Amino acid sequence: MTTYFQAYGTFAALLVLSIAFVAVAFGANRLLRPNRPTPGKLTTYESGMDPVGTTWSQTQIRYYVFAFLFVIFDVESVFLFPWALVFADIGVAAFWEMVVFIGVLAIGLLYAFKKGVLRWA
Amino acid sequence: MHPLAQATTQPLPLPEVDWRAIAPELALAVAGVVLLLVVAFWPRAGRGVLAGLTLAGLAAAAALTVWNWDLERVAFEGAVSLDGITRYARAVLLAVGALATLMVAQGDSREGEPDDSPPEVFPLLLFALLGMVLLAAASDLLVVFIALEILSLSLYVMAGETRRLAAQEAAMKYFLLGAFSSAFLLYGIALCYGATGSTNLLEIADATGDPTADGTLLLAGVGLLAVGFLFKVSAVPFHMWTPDVYQGTPTPVAAFMAAATKVAGFAVFLRVFAGALGGLVVSWRPVIAGAAVLTMLVGAALAVVQTDLKRMLAYSSISHAGYLLVGVAAAATVPAGVSASMFYLLTYAFMVMGAFMVVQYVSRLGPPDDDAIGERSSLEDYRGLARRHPWAAGLLAVFMLALTGIPPLSGFWAKYYVFLAGIEAGLTWLVVVAVISSVISAFFYLRVLVVAYLQEPVGDPGAETAPGRTPALGVALGLAGLLTVAIGLAPEALIAAARSAERILG
Amino acid sequence: MTSSEQAELIVFIILAPLAVVTALGMVLTRNAVYSALLLVVNFFCLAGFYVLLEAQFVAAVQVIVYAGAIMVLFLFVLMLLGIGNEVVVKEQMRGQRPAAVLLALGLLVAIVGALAAGVFDAEPASLAAANEGGNVEAIGRILFTRYTFAFETAGILLVVAAVGALVLGKRQP
Repeated sequence: MTTYFQAYGTFAALLVLSIAFVAVAFGANRLLRPNRPTPGKLTTYESGMDPVGTTWSQTQIRYYVFAFLFVIFDVESVFLFPWALVFADIGVAAFWEMVVFIGVLAIGLLYAFKKGVLRWA
Repeated sequence: MHPLAQATTQPLPLPEVDWRAIAPELALAVAGVVLLLVVAFWPRAGRGVLAGLTLAGLAAAAALTVWNWDLERVAFEGAVSLDGITRYARAVLLAVGALATLMVAQGDSREGEPDDSPPEVFPLLLFALLGMVLLAAASDLLVVFIALEILSLSLYVMAGETRRLAAQEAAMKYFLLGAFSSAFLLYGIALCYGATGSTNLLEIADATGDPTADGTLLLAGVGLLAVGFLFKVSAVPFHMWTPDVYQGTPTPVAAFMAAATKVAGFAVFLRVFAGALGGLVVSWRPVIAGAAVLTMLVGAALAVVQTDLKRMLAYSSISHAGYLLVGVAAAATVPAGVSASMFYLLTYAFMVMGAFMVVQYVSRLGPPDDDAIGERSSLEDYRGLARRHPWAAGLLAVFMLALTGIPPLSGFWAKYYVFLAGIEAGLTWLVVVAVISSVISAFFYLRVLVVAYLQEPVGDPGAETAPGRTPALGVALGLAGLLTVAIGLAPEALIAAARSAERILG
Repeated sequence: MTSSEQAELIVFIILAPLAVVTALGMVLTRNAVYSALLLVVNFFCLAGFYVLLEAQFVAAVQVIVYAGAIMVLFLFVLMLLGIGNEVVVKEQMRGQRPAAVLLALGLLVAIVGALAAGVFDAEPASLAAANEGGNVEAIGRILFTRYTFAFETAGILLVVAAVGALVLGKRQP
């Protein structure tokens, strides 16, 4: 079972390395840069305009609908991974299983399309 | 044998596709999808058309249920099992679904007013029913969970179908607490799987008889399963959501929730606890019996102080869940407990739907309330109902007396058979508590009738608006009243049908 | 202790406090966006636990679905609410907070008691057999044969979820 954890050794090394990269880059930045704050420098940069309102602006409800549809189809894709691996072993039946599954979800997408939620009016 | 232990690098054999076994469920799924497409492609379809299509789908499912009536088998590698519970629950649920469709079709709006309720409520109703029917038939805890989620998700959305603040709040509360209880159920399923090596109820039943199985782990799982189910059937101490949700939810949806969720929830409760976990009855019976006592007494006691009829019906539904738990507690050792509970569900479903139909009718009489609740369901609105609307008051009397359990109405027989099964199982003390709770509950049911029959109407009766034409609601009210009286006069045939439900296939 | 058990222990010792701290931070922080980001870290810790339990597929799903899709949804909903629309929450019933704390402590005692009573002492049933030929393949083999029915009903569940979200989402002004 040692090999099981050894297999993740590369991953762990990459993880440590990537965290270290960000930490070193930001740390070096902080150490090397001069620190002379002025009010102009501290305001939020908005392409030369004076910033208006708070940074937390209200987004549209449409984003929610898109994000939700993304979750649904993300879950669908999760089922596709193991299916792709065993598809050849099981054969045609597996194909039809997935056709039914995706077909049902496609009807949901068709509903969303006809309802106009995918249109950006 | 652990099913995963058998897993080799070869795929398992494919389960035989048993179309006939799941024909009613297929019909509901197809009808739901068709209605979804109708809503999408024909936005101007009226509520009448959609309700008609929904009823057609329900009729098809009902016809297939009758076609399958004598079928007894386990299908799809133990995913679903066809036995008495399945067929009885299918029949009751489809009837409840038809009544709910009529109530939803009537809606809230009066003539000439735009309807606030979206057309999607019809496909969602069908999907909710699909989940319920599947829940009653499920013979694998995985399918139990998925079916429960299908019905819950549909109901969350249906509860928030109108823009009213109260409905939105009800939907939110129902969703949050429902998700919470689902987590308990899922954890319970996981522990049961860990202890027995299977999610299949038949295999779990085998494992409970196996002395080498991990007893403590299994009991922990069974406890969490019980919490999940008790939440769904709104038993004390997991009942807090019920009054707020029933009161805020639009009346047709509240009626559907109160009746159909109980039927499906108790069907699966019976199958899992009295069926698969029957071998552990000594361990779980005290818990269920304790919950039954609390549920009956707390439900009845809190119903007494309510001044809103919908809220009172919510507490009444809690106390009825308590009587049903008596049936569940009895069912593991006494087969009559299963049939008595199923019969109770049948009668209760029609009584409570009828009571909500009267609420829907009366709430149309006055102008909509300005407050967030928006529906007129306060007891004040029922003052002198008998003089103004004798038919509605008469039906209200039938449903209230049936809910009390006064012979010869259906509610009496339901309680009679459940109490009989309880005594047979040696739970006499539980039945004594149930009788006491029934006496308390008589007080609040009869108070509604006193208000409707003996008190003078408040204000100027001329200010009352006409309810408008209510053909769909009228038919539904007539059917519910007729069934409540007819079952009361001739319960033998239906209790005989329920007796055939006693053998649980697992 | 074998070297694999050692490796397991080391990773667990790193991840477990992180998971607890991020979970606490998520509940306690006032800023909802910080809360969501701490939840992401928590999800990654959970994915690490799944890897330790040799459930690689579940670990991947945890990252793809939870840390990916669902967190995006959370953040959109947070942005949707906006910072100005803070709802003033008034406690309807007094004594709810102490009662909640009491019940949570009770649950903690029950869980610790169950652990002490040896509820989870049992050996995991045939993990090696279950993962034979690869974890994802094993899931595929059982999901698309024995559990076909559950798989197809899950499709209906997803459609109901989509329709429900669209119905509720469209109703907002």
